[in-house]
Amino acid sequence: MIKGAVRFVDQRSGTAPFIRKTLRYVFPDHWSFLLGEVALYSFVVLVGTGVYLTFFFEPSVHQVIYQGPYEPLRGVRMSEAYRSVIHMSFEVKSGLLMRQTHHWAADVFVAAIVLHMLRIFFTGAFRKPRDVTYYIGLAMLALALLEGYLGYSLIDDLLSGMGLAIGYSVALSIPFIGAEIAQLVWGAPFPGIPQFWSRMYIGHVLLLPLAIAALLGLHLFLVAARHHTQFRRKRESERTVVGVPTFPGQTPRSLGLFFSVAGVLFLLGGLVQINPVWLWGPYHVDHATNAAQPDWYLGWLIGALRLLPSFDVTIGDYTLIPNPFWGGLLFPLIVFAILFAWPALERRFKRDYAFHNLLDRPRDAPIRTAFGAALFSWVFVIFLAGASDRVFVLLGLSYEWQITVYRVLVFVGPVVAFFATKRVCEELQKGELVEQQRKRAEAPA
Amino acid sequence: MKRWLIAAVVFLLGRTKRKPRAPEPQRMVAAGAANPRAERWFIGLLLASAFCAAGFIAAYALDGIPHQTQYLGLGLGLSFVCLAAACTVAAKGLVVTEELEEEYSIEHVSEQDTVVQIVEESGSRFTRKKLVTGAAVTAGGALGAALVVPAVSFGPILETGKFYDTPWRRGRRLVDDGGRPWPAQEIEEKDFYTAYPEGADREQLGAAVVVVRLRPQELQLPAGRDGWAPSGILAYSKVCTHAGCAISLYRTPLFPPVEPKPALVCPCHYSTFDPARGAEVIYGPAGRPLPQLPLYVDAEGNLRAGGNFSGPVGPSWWGVRMGKPT
Repeated sequence: MIKGAVRFVDQRSGTAPFIRKTLRYVFPDHWSFLLGEVALYSFVVLVGTGVYLTFFFEPSVHQVIYQGPYEPLRGVRMSEAYRSVIHMSFEVKSGLLMRQTHHWAADVFVAAIVLHMLRIFFTGAFRKPRDVTYYIGLAMLALALLEGYLGYSLIDDLLSGMGLAIGYSVALSIPFIGAEIAQLVWGAPFPGIPQFWSRMYIGHVLLLPLAIAALLGLHLFLVAARHHTQFRRKRESERTVVGVPTFPGQTPRSLGLFFSVAGVLFLLGGLVQINPVWLWGPYHVDHATNAAQPDWYLGWLIGALRLLPSFDVTIGDYTLIPNPFWGGLLFPLIVFAILFAWPALERRFKRDYAFHNLLDRPRDAPIRTAFGAALFSWVFVIFLAGASDRVFVLLGLSYEWQITVYRVLVFVGPVVAFFATKRVCEELQKGELVEQQRKRAEAPA
Repeated sequence: MKRWLIAAVVFLLGRTKRKPRAPEPQRMVAAGAANPRAERWFIGLLLASAFCAAGFIAAYALDGIPHQTQYLGLGLGLSFVCLAAACTVAAKGLVVTEELEEEYSIEHVSEQDTVVQIVEESGSRFTRKKLVTGAAVTAGGALGAALVVPAVSFGPILETGKFYDTPWRRGRRLVDDGGRPWPAQEIEEKDFYTAYPEGADREQLGAAVVVVRLRPQELQLPAGRDGWAPSGILAYSKVCTHAGCAISLYRTPLFPPVEPKPALVCPCHYSTFDPARGAEVIYGPAGRPLPQLPLYVDAEGNLRAGGNFSGPVGPSWWGVRMGKPT
C-alpha cells in the first residue's frame, strides 16, 4: 500500500527525490529551537479559530439596541459588531470557547515570537547566512502586533474603542503628515466613517494574515534551505549539521508539540476567562475606564506613552509634534530599527563576513549579550511602567512614585544591565578557562 | 576443442562456488527493539484522546448544561493533550531516533557565474543601456504611482478644518445622557457630570464635556475667562488632549488641608488636569490643557454654552493652532 501511494505521487509529480530528502532532513536538537515552532502552531490555531469567528462576526458600527439574553446590557445602545460578539459569546454553542481560544492563541503567538527572537539574538543565529531569515521574523513580529491590535479593536467594546482612540492620536501625532494619515485611515476625524470598520476587518482577516503567512512560508523556506543552526558539542561543526531526521525521529516530536500547543490553548480558552467584553460595555467616545487592560504585548507602548513628561513641541500658537509621537511611534520604531540594524552593525564592527552555522553561547559574545541585555531591559522597564496603575491597585504603591522610579530606571537600567552582563559573561569565560587548565594539568597525573 | 576446454574450466570453477544469496538490503532506518509497554501506553493514550473528543461532542450536543464552555474546552483541550502525550511516548520509546549528519550547503560559485553570464549576454542587443534603464524606471514609477493614487479616496486630504469642528455654539443647552437639560443647581461639589450638546451627534470628539463645581473663590482661570464659570460651575472637553481617551476620573480630596486639590484624570495614561486653573496639566504626558467651554445659566436655571471651546478639542496634530476655534 505504501509502495502504491509513493509510486502514485512520484509518477504524477516526480517528487520522490524531494520527499526522500525531506524525510531525512536533519533537525539539530535543543529545547530552545522549539520556540519558533510554538509560534507557528499558535498561528495555525489562530487561523482555525479565527475562520470560525468570521461566521458569526458582523463588522459594522451601525447602532442597535441590545435585546439579547445578557441582562445587564439589555436596552443598551451598541454597534452591530459588539452585539455580534456578545451573541457569539452567549448564544453560539462553542462560540465563547473559540473566541477565548483565539484570544489566548494571539497572546501565546506574540509571546512565542518574542522569546524566539531573544533566542536568535543571544545565540547569534542571525548571522550570515541567516540574516534575511531574521529580518523576515522581525517583520512578522511587527505584523503580529498590528494584527493583534486590530483583532481586539474590531470588537467595539469599551477597551477596543479606547485602544483605537490612542492609535488615532498616535497616527495624528506623526510630524508633517499625521493629520493626512489619520484621515486617510479613519476616513474622517475620530471615530471615523463606518467604512473604517470594513477596512479594519479586511485587514485583520485577510491582508495581515496573508502577509504573515507569506512571510512565514519564506521564513521556513530559508530556514530549510540553509539548515538549522546548532550548538557546538561533539561532532557538530561549521560544516556538518548533526541531528534527528524529519522522519521518523522528528515527526512525533513536532506533532506532539503541535498537539500540546493546541491542547493548552483550548484548555485555556475553555477554562480561563480572557477579555470578557460584556463587562466593559460598548464604546462611545465619551466613555473610558481603567479596569479594562489591553493585551500584554501592547504594554511597552502604554508604558512609553505614560512615562513621557508633559510637553508638546510648539512654536508660538502652533503645536508641531504632539506628545504621543515619542512614546507611541518613535520608541517602537527605534527598538525595531536597532533590531533590524544589529546584524549589519555586528558584521561591520567585528569585520566578520564569514558563514556561521554554529551558535554562540551568550557568554561567548559578551558585547552582543551585554548590548542585548541593555536593549531588552530598557524595553522591559518601559513595559513594567505600563503596568504601574495595576501595581497601584494591587499593592497600593503610589503611581506617581512608581513613574518617577521608572523614569530613572529607563536611563540607569540599561547601563547597569550592560556592564553587569558583560562582566558576568567574561567571568564565566574565565571560569571555564581555569577549569580547562586544571583538567589539562591533572591529565598526566 | 578450445570452446569445450573453456566450458569445462568454467564448469569446474563455477561448480565450487555456491550461488550467492541475495544480499540483505541495507537498512535506511536503524533497527530498534520492540517496546510493548510503550506501545500499550501509545494505544491507550490514542483511545483516551478519542474518548475526550467524544466527550466534546457530547458536551456540544447536550443543551442547557451548566459550564458548557468549560466542558467543551476540557474535551477538546484534553483530546489534544492526550494526542500530544501519545506522540511523546512514540518519540521516546517507539520511534527510532537516529543522529544523522548532513553537510551544510555552501554557495554555488560556478552556478552564480553562469546566472550572471546568462543575464549579461541576454542584454547584448540593447545598446543604450542607461537610457533603457531610465525609461523602465520611469514607466515603473509612473505606473506604481498611478496604482497608489486611488488610496487618496480613503479620506479627505490636505484638509484639517474638520478637526476643529465642535457642535457647541452660544446658547446651546447642556443635556444629560437622557437628553434632559442640566439645571445649574443640580451640579454639586465633589461630583462630576457628563453633559452633551442638545440635539447634536454625540459620537464626535467635540461633543461631550465634563462638568464640575468648585468654590468660586478657588478659581484661578486664565485671563479672559471671566464669567465662564457661573457660581463655580466649570465645563471642559471630556476628551483628553494627549491621546483621545475620555476623562472619566475625578479626584477629590477627602481632607483638603493635606490631600491634593481636585483634579480631572484620564484613565489611559493618567494625564491630570487642574479644573480650578483652566484644566492646566499638573501631571502626566498631556501637552496642553483641556479646552474649556464657557457657560452661563439661562432664565430657567439651566446650563447653556456661552460659545465654543477655548481651544481645539482632542489630540493634537502637526500645525494645530491653539486658541479659540471659530
